[in-house]
Amino acid sequence: MSGNVRKKAMSPKLNRRAWVFILPSLFLITVFVFYPMIQAFVTSFQTGAGNKLGWAGISNYRRLLTDATFKMALKNTMLYLVIQVPVMILLALVISSMLNDKKLKCKGLFRTAIFLPCVTSLVAYSIVFKSMFATDGFINAFLMKIHVIAEPIGWITDPFWAKVLIILAITWRWTGYNMIFYLSGLQSIDDSIYEAADIDGASAVRKFKSITLPMLKPIILFTTISSTIGTLQLFDEPMNITAGGPANATVTISQYIYNILFKYSSDFGYAAAVSYVIVVLIVALSLIQLKVGDKDA
Amino acid sequence: MLKKTARFLKYLFLTIVSLISVFPLVWMIIAATNKSADVTKGTILPGGYFLENFRSLMNSDLQYLTAFKNSMVIGLVTTVLAMIVSSAAGYAFVVYKSKNRERVFNIILISMMVPFAALMVPLFRLFSKFRNLGPLKLIALNTPMAVIIIAIATAFLIFFFRQNTRTFPKELIEAARIDGLGEFQIFGRIFIPTMKSTYAAAIVTTFMTSWNNYLWPLIALQSPEKRTLPLVISAMGSSYTPDYGMIMVAVVLATVPTALLFFFMQKQFVAGMTGSVKG
Repeated sequence: MSGNVRKKAMSPKLNRRAWVFILPSLFLITVFVFYPMIQAFVTSFQTGAGNKLGWAGISNYRRLLTDATFKMALKNTMLYLVIQVPVMILLALVISSMLNDKKLKCKGLFRTAIFLPCVTSLVAYSIVFKSMFATDGFINAFLMKIHVIAEPIGWITDPFWAKVLIILAITWRWTGYNMIFYLSGLQSIDDSIYEAADIDGASAVRKFKSITLPMLKPIILFTTISSTIGTLQLFDEPMNITAGGPANATVTISQYIYNILFKYSSDFGYAAAVSYVIVVLIVALSLIQLKVGDKDA
Repeated sequence: MLKKTARFLKYLFLTIVSLISVFPLVWMIIAATNKSADVTKGTILPGGYFLENFRSLMNSDLQYLTAFKNSMVIGLVTTVLAMIVSSAAGYAFVVYKSKNRERVFNIILISMMVPFAALMVPLFRLFSKFRNLGPLKLIALNTPMAVIIIAIATAFLIFFFRQNTRTFPKELIEAARIDGLGEFQIFGRIFIPTMKSTYAAAIVTTFMTSWNNYLWPLIALQSPEKRTLPLVISAMGSSYTPDYGMIMVAVVLATVPTALLFFFMQKQFVAGMTGSVKG
């Protein structure tokens, strides 16, 4: 019976009503996402500033190959991606599987504490980190007091430590966020699976590898892809903690595009070409991750 | 014995991670009560300078209160408009299922992959033209609407509402049609009140995102009296002689609304984040 109901065609009037519900969203996304996206692609083959743009062929893309700042920005962005995302995801997985323990006391307290960084805005926490990690700031004073270091570290002024600081900051802000996804995924795993593993005498590490990881795979894939997309667009933190410095040592691709537009020459065509590098990276990496995620199944 | 040690290490690890997570927030509150010189020296003792810092924030030419108001207006208007527009679409994709609409939905989903970095250039150019285009000057650069309209154009919420509409009992719609209610009435009088918790979660997420939004407002809102909180705080932090005591007061006050949302609506907070993954 219900099959009959479903097969019945929608009346034209109802069909029109349905489009009315969808139209505002569709219009906004078309005008403010898809149209600009195509526009940026066209602009990436043009040159000039303001409204006087001329055709430039692939010269913008060729310029990328010899642009030292672009290479630096690409290298930094990839470095953040390759180090920060795996560390954060693993940390979030470990924490959430520890918190999933029924016998654990103060579970709510731990969970709330670790999730709390998500309450802060990216700009706000960046400023807090900037002041804590100042050369004469709290962190250096503390590390010297407990004799971990003898001299203050140039967290913001040294090219190496500045990158470390950016990675530390992002990890602080987003680990709890990812943990929440894993916790909600873990709740849907039947306890009896773990109990059976206990009876078989499986170790904690074994249970983590053989039960937790495979069961959480779709969620891990989702968080990995969103973290990748987020890291490739990293902007707020380097902008507000290190301002991309020292000497572009922490600059990201998004920040470089912003700089081209508002600090340097306002070369729209070149900025658009740089932005398409991010588009290509996101599409490529997401596809790779989906492929790899499928294979392991 | 081994088990006891493992247990101890587990608690130790979780305690350390918790302390690290909470510490910068505690530090920010303590710093707000200290003189700038003491903050940079790294004091961790609460001081008595909160009111003084607060006063210098209010008396500075940063227009902090204006920024607070701007953020609030943009946050509230974005949330209201996004709720109407996105939930209507998410609802229609489920309730009026058709092949063409499925196709449109898949296209909308693709927009989630588009990085904002790629939109920066064309959007800036597009919005600078609006000033001279009659009614479009309402959404031109330097207007709150320029920020709001971009925040509404998001596939995430449509996706979120589509996922949650699946749990909405279809019989209610049939019954309402028999009672003679029109399609828009069914949506407004039956769907919205029934899905209160879904809306609550979406409201929390949308407001948070708007409140913390930085890059597009940075481009779109150039004049000082139009700036939002993240822009003002960012400007304070990048000044050559930052007054850290005052900055921390600004940061603490800017965090209060989102912290309140978190503590009073923790459940919706989490549901808004994870709701789109399941299902």
